[in-house]
Amino acid sequence: MQLTVWTYEGPPHVGAMRIATAMQGVHYLLHAPQGDTYADLLFTMIERRGKRPPVTYTTFQARDLGKDTADLFQTAARDAYARFQPQAMLVGASCTAELIQDDPAGLAEALRLPCPVVALELPSYQRKENWGAAETFYQLVRTLADKDARPTPREGRRPRANLLGPTALGFRHRDDVIEVSRLLETLGVDIAVTAPLGATPADLAHLGAADFNICLYPEIADTTCRWLDKTFGQATVRTVPIGHGATRDFIAEVAARAGIDPSHALDTSNLPWWSRSVDSTYLTGKRVFIFGDATHAIAAARVARDELGFEVVGLGCYNREFARDLRAAAALYAVEPLITDDYLVIEDAIQAVQPELVLGTQMERHIAKRLRIPCAVISAPVHVQDFPARYSPQMGFEGANVLFDSWVHPLVMGLEEHLLTMFRDDFEFSDANGASHLSVLSVAETGPASVSPAAVPLHHPADGPPPPAARGEDKWSADAERELLKIPFFVRGKARRNTERFAAAQGVATITLDTLYDAKAHYAR
Amino acid sequence: MSPSAPLAIARCATAPHAAERPPVLRERGQREVFCGLTGIVWLHRKIQDAFFLVVGSRTCAHLLQSAAGVMVFAEPRFATAIIEERDLAGMADCNDELDRVVDRLLSRRPDIKLLFLVGSCPSEVIKLDLSRAAARLSNKHAGATRILAYSGSGIETTFTEGEDACLAALVPDLPADRSGAASLLLVGALPDVVEDQFLRLFAALGIAPVHVLPARRAGAMPPVGANTRFLLAQPFLGETARALENRGAVRLDALFPFGADGTTDWLHAAATAFGIEEMHFRRTVAKGRARAKRAIAHAADRLAGKRVFFLPDSQLEIPLARFLATEVGMVPVEVGTPYLHRAHLARELTRLPAGTPISEGQDVDRQLDRVRAARPDLTVCGLGLANPLEAEGLTTKWAIELVFAPIHGFDQAGDLAELFARPLRRRAGLTV
Repeated sequence: MQLTVWTYEGPPHVGAMRIATAMQGVHYLLHAPQGDTYADLLFTMIERRGKRPPVTYTTFQARDLGKDTADLFQTAARDAYARFQPQAMLVGASCTAELIQDDPAGLAEALRLPCPVVALELPSYQRKENWGAAETFYQLVRTLADKDARPTPREGRRPRANLLGPTALGFRHRDDVIEVSRLLETLGVDIAVTAPLGATPADLAHLGAADFNICLYPEIADTTCRWLDKTFGQATVRTVPIGHGATRDFIAEVAARAGIDPSHALDTSNLPWWSRSVDSTYLTGKRVFIFGDATHAIAAARVARDELGFEVVGLGCYNREFARDLRAAAALYAVEPLITDDYLVIEDAIQAVQPELVLGTQMERHIAKRLRIPCAVISAPVHVQDFPARYSPQMGFEGANVLFDSWVHPLVMGLEEHLLTMFRDDFEFSDANGASHLSVLSVAETGPASVSPAAVPLHHPADGPPPPAARGEDKWSADAERELLKIPFFVRGKARRNTERFAAAQGVATITLDTLYDAKAHYAR
Repeated sequence: MSPSAPLAIARCATAPHAAERPPVLRERGQREVFCGLTGIVWLHRKIQDAFFLVVGSRTCAHLLQSAAGVMVFAEPRFATAIIEERDLAGMADCNDELDRVVDRLLSRRPDIKLLFLVGSCPSEVIKLDLSRAAARLSNKHAGATRILAYSGSGIETTFTEGEDACLAALVPDLPADRSGAASLLLVGALPDVVEDQFLRLFAALGIAPVHVLPARRAGAMPPVGANTRFLLAQPFLGETARALENRGAVRLDALFPFGADGTTDWLHAAATAFGIEEMHFRRTVAKGRARAKRAIAHAADRLAGKRVFFLPDSQLEIPLARFLATEVGMVPVEVGTPYLHRAHLARELTRLPAGTPISEGQDVDRQLDRVRAARPDLTVCGLGLANPLEAEGLTTKWAIELVFAPIHGFDQAGDLAELFARPLRRRAGLTV
């Protein structure tokens, strides 16, 4: 048993739902008790979809156990087919149904439904959401892909690629697909099939007719891409175009696969100049902690160091399936890889390195808010805020622009940093007001009730722990304490902690002015 | 009943014959409802030194996180002990594992005085006996933490039945009331502000002592005995009522305290049981009752004559439909409830307009067919259905807000009406 406060991934059948919901003409029959229907709200509320996910839940109850759950399953399957007339059906079990071992595959086969039926075996007690999505996509492709499909001769036509991996409830998948499609268009590459998002079972039949595949989200599409390579000999473009440099690499890789000239991709991002312009000088060496799914975290680390001039002080992911990639990336930045889905461990890690910026998921956003560290969200698990009304891709050149804006804006701007120092002693200036644009921080100052607009409104006060300050104040001499107040408020907490840590390490009982400045020198970089 | 009908007449209304009521449509199919685990979201806010440990799967953890609006609290007082492959394969003894998890939890959170082990679908199916585990762990942590168990599993409980199961688990543990004097027990987790309003009203009426189940702290749970008279504040507390009756307590039959009339009737049941003089009762409630009616009138203009369809969600549907029909003049097209407790709701049912179709259980696709055919002005439904119905052009009200928001009593009656009026006002106001 694993004690879990928050989870980064849902169960694997939620991954299967993400595939079914992304596609058209697929229906998923899930053997499950009442209550598992909560998953519908992920799609209708968080993602604001205007249609119910195409899922029928058999809804068995305690009194059905050992009697007619199998019958219930078959009735539900027949009814669902009759009502929704899907081109293909997925059948499977949620965690509880897995335990009662009704064999959805055998039961569905016995029904002889007039459409392809893909039976899913998703071990709920071993695997998680991303794995479930990857496995579901793979099983659908295996079953539905026409094994005889092959590309037409290359002469006289543009190269053709499949765009694989985007799903429902994906972090910015909707916009990434638009951005990457646009990029491929400027390169002169046609998209054969985009899947699963928007694809029908009939579309999957034609996958083999493309020249190569683009694996946009390895967490979802890697298994499928490997199988397509083996079955159809289709090579896979594996560079994930997140960030300016990665987008250029992506273009180069696509061009090489397609045998075309990469210079046709005329577009570029504003990121290089925005980063080189002098206002960005203050970004230099900002210490950033990165956590998310492996793909987004690894991509973020590259952008952070190479394109924004940050220092990566922490790098981790919650999906163990990609631990190897993450370890390799962590080695590049000389940080300890953090591979865990234990929220409390990540919180400790962030607290330990005291970063100036956290790039994480919604979980880390809450940790950062509590620790009063600026934060930007880079990865699933998603939240209603991760589905903005505006166009906001993470991939491609426009994606690079979005990354610059959304990672830099939470920070105190360079000029403002100096102005705060300059006006600190001005009688009209109250540093308790905080920086003008740091609403998150100034709200956090007023109390722990700064709950986020969440998927569901919850009219209960939050029970955040006391603010991290207000400890060990008796150790400070009066003049050191006064000096501390001259330090701008947004670094004061860190200065206090560093000084106290330094004092403890040095065995200093009372913190004096000298201790304060000794500590400053010690931690200077 | 007209909103201005005098109280005496209101209380004399006779129940129509059972034959006059249409049969309840019983549905058996896909249910678009939460399971009982969801109750943890508000129960852990109510009992402030209690912790809820779900023994279940990743799905349970994911449900709680999704239903709770993802990460509202830094470290909430609920968690999931996720059963893993090795527990199922017998490589680890589930009870040993549970002991280990509970030890770790309680050493992290020594402030926890009451720990609920909450059963889930998987723990029920593998027949993990959490009551026995709770007894064993209670011994181990005696003096520091009391440990109780209940089931919030979806194979046994629907949404608010989780609160019922939780409160019912508390009842056998309540101290015996040996005072020999009559006391009033208020049953159901209400927002503190509402609870305080009711306590002030009972004090003004001259009813004492008044206890509340659940209390805000584990050490302050109310005593119960043969002289206990209890009022249910929620319509979904069947098991809790039965457990209290087993301890000798007597339920006071009343409408549920929604709206001016419902609240008056509910308070009146207590006043009658405690021999409060009628004139004193009327004087005491008059101000609140008038305030409630004034507040309701704001929304009533917009709501009167509008047709409302309740999909089953929280078992609050029948009292709320009664409120909307009798106090704001809405027309219930169908009132769906996950479970109909006929005895506790008998009084409510007599107040619904004659012939109101009632359905119990759900076959969601068929019910949605009925919604589309009826095209009600307002559909009250769960979060999974609201946006899809809005996209079809139907105006909806999220049912879950009726569970989370303070809606009981005189001073929330206007807010309650407003919850139904706002979606209509919004739709009318938007030009996009």
